[in-house]
Amino acid sequence: MNEVKKATRDGFGEEIVKLGKLDNDIYVVDVDIGKSCKTGEFRKELPKQYLNVGIAEQNAAGVAAGLATCGKVPFVVTYAVFGSLRMCEMIRQEICYPKLNVKIACSHGGVTPANDGASHQSIEDMGVLRTIPNMTVLMPADYNSAKKLVKAAAEYEGPVYLRFTRDAIPVVYPEDTEFEIGKANKLKDGKDVSIIANGDTVCIAMKAAEQLEAQGISVKLFDMHTIKPLDADAVMECVNETGRIITVEDHNIMNGLGSAVSEVAAETGKCIVKRIGIQDQFGQSAPYERLLEMNGITVENIVDTAKALVA
Amino acid sequence: MKNVSVEELERQSIELRKKVISMIHKAKSGHPGGSLSAADFVTALYFREMNLDPKNPKWEDRDRFVLSKGHVCPVQYAALATLGFFDEAVLDTLRQEGSILQGHPDMKKCPGIDISTGSLGQGLACGVGMGIAAKKDNRDYRVFVVVGDGECQEGEIWEAAQTAHKYELDNLVVFVDNNNLQLDGTTDEVMPNINLGEKFKAFGFDTYEIDGHDMKQIVDTLDRIRMRKNGKPKCIFANTVKGKGVSFMENQCGWHGVAPNDEQYEQAMNELDAQLRKLDLRKSA
Repeated sequence: MNEVKKATRDGFGEEIVKLGKLDNDIYVVDVDIGKSCKTGEFRKELPKQYLNVGIAEQNAAGVAAGLATCGKVPFVVTYAVFGSLRMCEMIRQEICYPKLNVKIACSHGGVTPANDGASHQSIEDMGVLRTIPNMTVLMPADYNSAKKLVKAAAEYEGPVYLRFTRDAIPVVYPEDTEFEIGKANKLKDGKDVSIIANGDTVCIAMKAAEQLEAQGISVKLFDMHTIKPLDADAVMECVNETGRIITVEDHNIMNGLGSAVSEVAAETGKCIVKRIGIQDQFGQSAPYERLLEMNGITVENIVDTAKALVA
Repeated sequence: MKNVSVEELERQSIELRKKVISMIHKAKSGHPGGSLSAADFVTALYFREMNLDPKNPKWEDRDRFVLSKGHVCPVQYAALATLGFFDEAVLDTLRQEGSILQGHPDMKKCPGIDISTGSLGQGLACGVGMGIAAKKDNRDYRVFVVVGDGECQEGEIWEAAQTAHKYELDNLVVFVDNNNLQLDGTTDEVMPNINLGEKFKAFGFDTYEIDGHDMKQIVDTLDRIRMRKNGKPKCIFANTVKGKGVSFMENQCGWHGVAPNDEQYEQAMNELDAQLRKLDLRKSA
């Protein structure tokens, strides 16, 4: 099969134009990295709904909050590291506390801005924002699901953090697959071990599941695109039917998907969870695949971890 | 805009101060100093300048009010209650469990609050967002933002100021409550606000420096800028006295966030009552 690759930031850039044309309350608030975050088309097509507030992320969060109080649905668009950490307290105070209808849409999630180095690789963002009440946190697994989840975020009333990839990743979903915020997508059923992945690691987990099946290990696989609100029913299904879960994420193993799944699994006392992700260390300028390798985010490591769990 | 005389506003500002003292005394916590320094221009805004409808607090064309220095909300709560946004008896619940009157303003709990604030430096950006929305929708409402002088040490204030300039927000009015005191000491000690009013001017604001306790100056300045649609945001740089109106609180950094005890409460109320009587005498003379 010929693998088609597309960056999920492109899915965002295309979908937001479509949504903006249908609803003139949808705004884009850029902070001078619009070209890189794929809002160029929106800027050209919908200038009335477009703002660029310069390199001033904290202000962007506040401006978006003010717009939201007047009925607008602003998408603040930046890189994940800035859209989470630089404006974190503004998101907490002015967006999440009053539960305003602001979306933070971020490219450059995880180690996907590989060559940019550690300053631009965002490994803490989903975890940090997950701990703020009223926030929804999600990362689509591919271009097609990105489009669907951007639409879902626009339709949802309240703060949402969306995380996209800088680089192209395999398209894993057919165009017409439906997605719901907070509802994990089951990619495969199985009975020996469960793998729960999100974002750019879903395609890696899919390959691992294939190899495991070939070796006689039956794998249940979920795309947990929303880590908050977490689909606890999906986790419980993994707990009850396999008793063994491996989480895979392009994010620090602390506080992200692995932690969220562990929180649910641990309270059952019936399941072991192994977390694969960034090993609580900063990255460096290097090829994307190498950065994943350095952290054990590989098909081989998932396969080995599963085999060890089943043995 | 309502046609209310300077004298009536002066009286109202003393009434608001009494409510502020009474609320904070009852709550045994709160921020009297900054509430009192902002009381005069807050009075002018709520009782004369702003177009509001207490019966319909979310009226789309209302003027917006952003208290960026959210800790001085007692003065805003007092104004809202007096105007009938909620019952005056609610003022007694300030900072109590379950109250709509949180320690810092909460737009989801309290009618008349346009944005939740409390973390310094953030309100101006929100006001800018509201001002941009008005321009985009061709609505005539204006946005009034109150910032503290100490608060202007936050960088986000200046990010927001440059945005106000870029989007030509002549519908935005920033009041700087320049009382020269902050929690840890004078602004000169903590972090000198060199030429603060000039800074707003440099950021493209029409800037007006006034005595923030001279009601006539406040009203005249608001009259001057009301129709000034010149593409420039406005800054009213109000020189004020922290604790204004209660002798022992005036210019005392210690009264930033402390409630008066029973004795201090009595004295403060007596002083404010005396000011009301003085106004009466002036009127009858």
